[in-house]
Amino acid sequence: MAIKILSSAFDPWHETQQHQQNQLEAGKYGATASFVGTMRDFNQGDNVAGMTLEHYPGMTESYLQKICDEAEQRWPLIDCLIVHRVGEIHPNDPIVLTVVWSAHRKAAFEACRYLMEALKTRAPFWKKEDMAEGHRWVDKNTPG
Amino acid sequence: MSITVKFFARLREQVGKAELILDDASDLQSAHDIQSIWNQATENMPMPDNTLCAINMEYSNTDAPVKDGDEVAFFPPVTGGSYLGHHGGHHGNNHGN
Repeated sequence: MAIKILSSAFDPWHETQQHQQNQLEAGKYGATASFVGTMRDFNQGDNVAGMTLEHYPGMTESYLQKICDEAEQRWPLIDCLIVHRVGEIHPNDPIVLTVVWSAHRKAAFEACRYLMEALKTRAPFWKKEDMAEGHRWVDKNTPG
Repeated sequence: MSITVKFFARLREQVGKAELILDDASDLQSAHDIQSIWNQATENMPMPDNTLCAINMEYSNTDAPVKDGDEVAFFPPVTGGSYLGHHGGHHGNNHGN
């Protein structure tokens, strides 16, 4: 299991490949499910140049760990990986990566979804949009 | 008696400070819960309805007791994960995932 909070851009496919190569035993897992949340560019809605992600160092890692532990108790998983950006983020930047490895696809799909939904409601991250005229805090997340 | 108080995101900006220490020198009252810590740390600013609290990095209720050495944090609802836009809902779904 690995939790990473990164303050600079990351490549989710490289992170996945690297974790799989270093931490997983070949032949033991049959399903890998991943989710990548990326900041889109804005052809609809408001014109937002970027955003800043703030977090509560220490509590963030602790809650991401709890969420992974819960998933491992609920499904028969082999491993989990969560990577989350903080700091300045630009359109097209990956914001979050969740990956689950298991023997079969049902557990991998369900646990991967669980990690994302639990993360959005409990991990202490806050988004602030950077606008031409200043900043504004994002007030709430929406259901997936 | 010493309590570390932290504010994050919008609350940090509203209160005007990120962190402070309440101790005997700042007349910290002997009996207190999170609400009283908020009152002292913010000089009786009204606490916004949706404020979340944590003691030692665990979510807590506003009536939870606070003890010497605790770290108390106040912050707005969390908004991690994928980008969903300012207003959420229909508008946000136009450019989120």
